[in-house]
Amino acid sequence: MRRRGRSFRFTVAAEWALLFWMLALPIWAQAKKLNVVTSTTDMAALTQEVGGEKVSVESIAKGYQDPHFVEAKPSFLLKLRQADLLVVVGLQLEIGWLPPLITQSGNPRIQVGAPGYLDASQFAEILEIPQGTVTRAEGDVHPLGNPHYWLDPDNGRRIARGIANKLSEADPGDDVYFQQRFQDFDKRLTGAEQKWDAEMKPYHGRKVVTYHRSFPNFAKHFGLNVIGYVEPRPGIPPTPTHTLELIQLMRREDCKVILVEPYFDLKTPQSIGRGTGAQVVVYLPSVGGEKGVDDYFKLFDYDIGLLMKAFTATQ
Amino acid sequence: MRVLGLLGRAVLVVALPCHALQSDSGQAASAQSDNSALTQKIRDLEDRVIAMEGQIRQLKTEQASRAQPATTAVPNAESSAQEASPTPQSQPPAVGAVTSGAGTQTVVLGGAGGSAAKALNPDISAIGDFISVAGHNPVQPSPTLEMHEAELGFQAIIDPYARGDFFLSFGEQGVNLEEGYVTFTALPAGVVAKVGKMRAAFGKVNTLHNHVLPWVDRPLVTNNLVGGEDGIDDAGVSIERILPAPMGIFLEATGQLFRGDSGSQQSPLFHASRKNDVSAVAHLRSYKDITESTNIDLGLSYARGHNDLGSNFLTQLYGVDATVRWKPLRRSIYHSFVGRGEFIWSQRQQLPSEQRAFGFYTSGDYQLGRRWFVGGRFDRAGRSEFADLTDTGASAVLTYWPSEFSQVRGQYRFTHYASNIDTNELLLQVMFSLGAHGAHPF
Repeated sequence: MRRRGRSFRFTVAAEWALLFWMLALPIWAQAKKLNVVTSTTDMAALTQEVGGEKVSVESIAKGYQDPHFVEAKPSFLLKLRQADLLVVVGLQLEIGWLPPLITQSGNPRIQVGAPGYLDASQFAEILEIPQGTVTRAEGDVHPLGNPHYWLDPDNGRRIARGIANKLSEADPGDDVYFQQRFQDFDKRLTGAEQKWDAEMKPYHGRKVVTYHRSFPNFAKHFGLNVIGYVEPRPGIPPTPTHTLELIQLMRREDCKVILVEPYFDLKTPQSIGRGTGAQVVVYLPSVGGEKGVDDYFKLFDYDIGLLMKAFTATQ
Repeated sequence: MRVLGLLGRAVLVVALPCHALQSDSGQAASAQSDNSALTQKIRDLEDRVIAMEGQIRQLKTEQASRAQPATTAVPNAESSAQEASPTPQSQPPAVGAVTSGAGTQTVVLGGAGGSAAKALNPDISAIGDFISVAGHNPVQPSPTLEMHEAELGFQAIIDPYARGDFFLSFGEQGVNLEEGYVTFTALPAGVVAKVGKMRAAFGKVNTLHNHVLPWVDRPLVTNNLVGGEDGIDDAGVSIERILPAPMGIFLEATGQLFRGDSGSQQSPLFHASRKNDVSAVAHLRSYKDITESTNIDLGLSYARGHNDLGSNFLTQLYGVDATVRWKPLRRSIYHSFVGRGEFIWSQRQQLPSEQRAFGFYTSGDYQLGRRWFVGGRFDRAGRSEFADLTDTGASAVLTYWPSEFSQVRGQYRFTHYASNIDTNELLLQVMFSLGAHGAHPF
């Protein structure tokens, strides 16, 4: 009797456990959304495009913030410790602030090299990879290549495909969903790209000056010619000698447009503008740089709109 | 090697349709649909080449980190010979050959073994800290010109579960392992553990290396109550965890156990005369973003250890720290403000009676422009062995950054010592950093 009683109790317990598990499982499965944290808003926008409603995405940096100098605030740790996937720009863009956040997050899933860590630079075409010895005499140079690579729609497509594959890997059940979202994004992007290419075609070969070296991929895709930078070296603030040289260069080359990222001071660019008759344009390097520019498409719409206006005005 | 073959084939395939395209367009305009199909094909191939380049970049870093020592020993000449005549059967050092296949995507760093050998190394950095002091100070004399410290840092990820950090400081008195610890990042339940020698999590200033202080010197309260420049810096174990908290508050608890030897000769703090005389530190930190540009950071600290009088004499420290930061995100590289204060109570058992001393500092630093900072500090601290003797001081600081990697700082310091001596000093500091020094705690 006693033995039977015990085994009976055991069976009941097992049944309850099974029942609970079966009840709970579909609830978990429904509630389960992949938690994705990205270092910048652009990666967040692309993840949102392919992840749809199956992911919740948050970016650490804001679109109007210099992505080199983000503060490693503890509040970011709260996001990171919940994350299933961390998407970074890579190429040492975040070297000044992301590593300690990853270490302190206490989240094994997103440590460098773990399955939940995705360096998006591996999917994209990277420009300006320095040759030969790299020294800091060249300023805050990125030895692995220019990390501002997302401003080329072709790279956007490649990154989105990489993220979609990663999402499928992390959540195999929704594989079809992610791949479908990517196909859809691809189609929309190709359409938009045709429009952008057509809009920019008349300005092919136009010369521009940018503040920081954050424009090479855009310039390459749309056939613009970046002839100089307001910064004498990457990360080094403008100096009077360099500014004078730049003014002379712009006059010689008849360059009429200066592009400035929203996080830089406009004083020097404006004085260069006065010296050369060039127009100063605050363009957006990232999604979320201005209100309303909240996805990858609007980012190009906004920037191309600005450029067309500036090029027409300085014909 | 398969990658190399694939890439070569891909380049060929890209090149062929290009030719075709040229001759095609010369023939007839009716082939427009063919044309767009070809463009699409080229695009796809371009995508594949770029994807492969990315894979190669990944492989290179992975291979380098996994490579055997033999790889590093391969001299440059050999790898360049392989580049000249790539054989399909080459061994690991063919990383060089792979990169040459990638064409413009090569990162060639100087030195034997190329980038693969360097990728094996930890991030190495060196920071020089030169201080010059003018003015007479009979209580705490400082040399006129001093290479105060050269800090070498070695930092790397050890494996998927841990990272290692070493900081060696070379001062005028010799070499000191300032910190050297392993951090276990992949423990269950969100626990982060450190083992090794480390600066204890007591307050704020105690955790900071010299080169990240907002001043040339350390405040009086550190010198009088918390063990001087080295502070609580000991061999031991540390465990920290983020605690759940409402309203987006960040709450983190840290518990640390040390051998029990801290402080310097001038300002001793803990001393283990017996094996059991370990010291312990506990820290609770809360943090909240008020707006996206303003935040508040509050901390409570406790430290306990045996002092130099022996095992029966305890020293206990209680600390409160508060930091307010402001940094507008759109102009984050130009303007910022940090206000901070630390209040520390010391309870030291000694003969004939226990001494209860109190000390604090408050300071503010404002960033005027991209390269300029101005700041001030007010100091007041009793002495741990003579709580009635209180020193008071005030400083004004001006800092200039030629770049992120160097810094020139001037500090005017007035101190009124308890022995009724007033000193006026001018401190000048030049700091410079080489290599890839990792980011610092916030």
